[in-house]
Amino acid sequence: MKNAFVIFALATLALLSYGLYMALIVAPTEATMGDVQRIFYYHVPSAWAAFLCFAINAVASIWYLAKRGVKADAIALASAEVGVVFCTIVLITGPIWARPVWGIWWTWDARLTSTLVLWLIYVAYLMLRRFSSSGRAPVLAATLAIFGFFDVPFVYLSIRIFRTQHPQPVMGGGENSGLDPTMAHAFLWNLLAFTCYCLLVIWMRYRLQVAEQAVEDAHAERALGERA
Amino acid sequence: MSSPSLAAMTRATLAKDLRLEWRSKDAINSMLFFALLVVVIFAFAFDPTAEESRRIAGGLIWTALLFATVVALNQTWARELRNNVLDAYRVSPAPPNAMFLAKAFANFIFVAVLQMLMTPLFIIFYNLRSIGPVWQLVLIGLLANWALVVNGTFFAAMSLRTRNREIMLPLILFPISIPALMAMVEATTQVLTGTAQVISGDSSPRFWIQLLGVYDVVFTVVCLALFETVLNAE
Repeated sequence: MKNAFVIFALATLALLSYGLYMALIVAPTEATMGDVQRIFYYHVPSAWAAFLCFAINAVASIWYLAKRGVKADAIALASAEVGVVFCTIVLITGPIWARPVWGIWWTWDARLTSTLVLWLIYVAYLMLRRFSSSGRAPVLAATLAIFGFFDVPFVYLSIRIFRTQHPQPVMGGGENSGLDPTMAHAFLWNLLAFTCYCLLVIWMRYRLQVAEQAVEDAHAERALGERA
Repeated sequence: MSSPSLAAMTRATLAKDLRLEWRSKDAINSMLFFALLVVVIFAFAFDPTAEESRRIAGGLIWTALLFATVVALNQTWARELRNNVLDAYRVSPAPPNAMFLAKAFANFIFVAVLQMLMTPLFIIFYNLRSIGPVWQLVLIGLLANWALVVNGTFFAAMSLRTRNREIMLPLILFPISIPALMAMVEATTQVLTGTAQVISGDSSPRFWIQLLGVYDVVFTVVCLALFETVLNAE
């Protein structure tokens, strides 16, 4: 297990470096936006990583409520924390890109608003965990995650009515959509690198959480032993 | 001993809560005064003209009601902590959802009373006159009330077990309620102004009312399915 972790970490590191090289050096400069467009190679993979984390969190929460395993809870916690970090990166890189290109930092359009709402829901999730006693936190958090899961369709539906400023998906769109092949390459490498990186951090956080639980259990056991 | 039915338990708990409220009037007084303060502060903060106030009234009404609702929701379960009533309830054979439904209905009634008292105030303070049909406003009021109260009662039970319960409730209720808030504000504004707002394109109040209806049904089911888990969380 430990070997697998080290190998995965090294592979992720290699992918991230290659992705960085592809994004900053190999990919051509965008015709109208210039170099600022290169943020794309980090903005979109981060968004993908955040959504991946939230999906993992939803599955782990349902799993926890059904089976009550401590491992499911550790996965749920790890993925929620990592997801909030990636979502924060999306919300920070977005305005940095938007300011020179759209001329504004922020607009209340569909995708920006729903990402922000998702971020708010998961920050609330982490707050709830933080302020609950350790015994109750997993159940309460898993319950809130299920509320969040059912809330997401409503968030998207209600916000979709707002006009959209955010560009439509560039790939798989109509006739004129599509990226320059070199750009697409750089993008896909970064997407892969960020997915691996995201899973790697979740894995690290998960191991830390399991270790913390073990320490807590050991303390509790020793306290019981002393009393006996 | 056979366990009491859901309906009988709900009715008994609801009757108890309403009688307590009727004698003390704690929840309704604090909500009403709080909402009144919010309305007055908004009037100072925005100083709107008649035309403007019709445009922003939907947002103002629901912001005031939302904050006032949180005041009532925070008091919902506190009473049951004294003398360990909640623990006694947990070991009794009564169905857990009866407790939840009774509390949710009680809060629904409190907020409905608040709405009835606040509406004339709003009309007077902001010189409002609805251009769209009034029955739609009543429907929006009822649906939006339940949307806030059903999740609010549930989250109040959840935050009961956290360290800073009074603050925790809005922190988890507001993010989840954003779609419902959007629907109630948009629907109210569109009925009041008689037009679809520019920002929402060609949507009609009907869309938002339907969204609220579906939201109510989905989250009522989720709350009923998960309440026992939260009540017994240890």
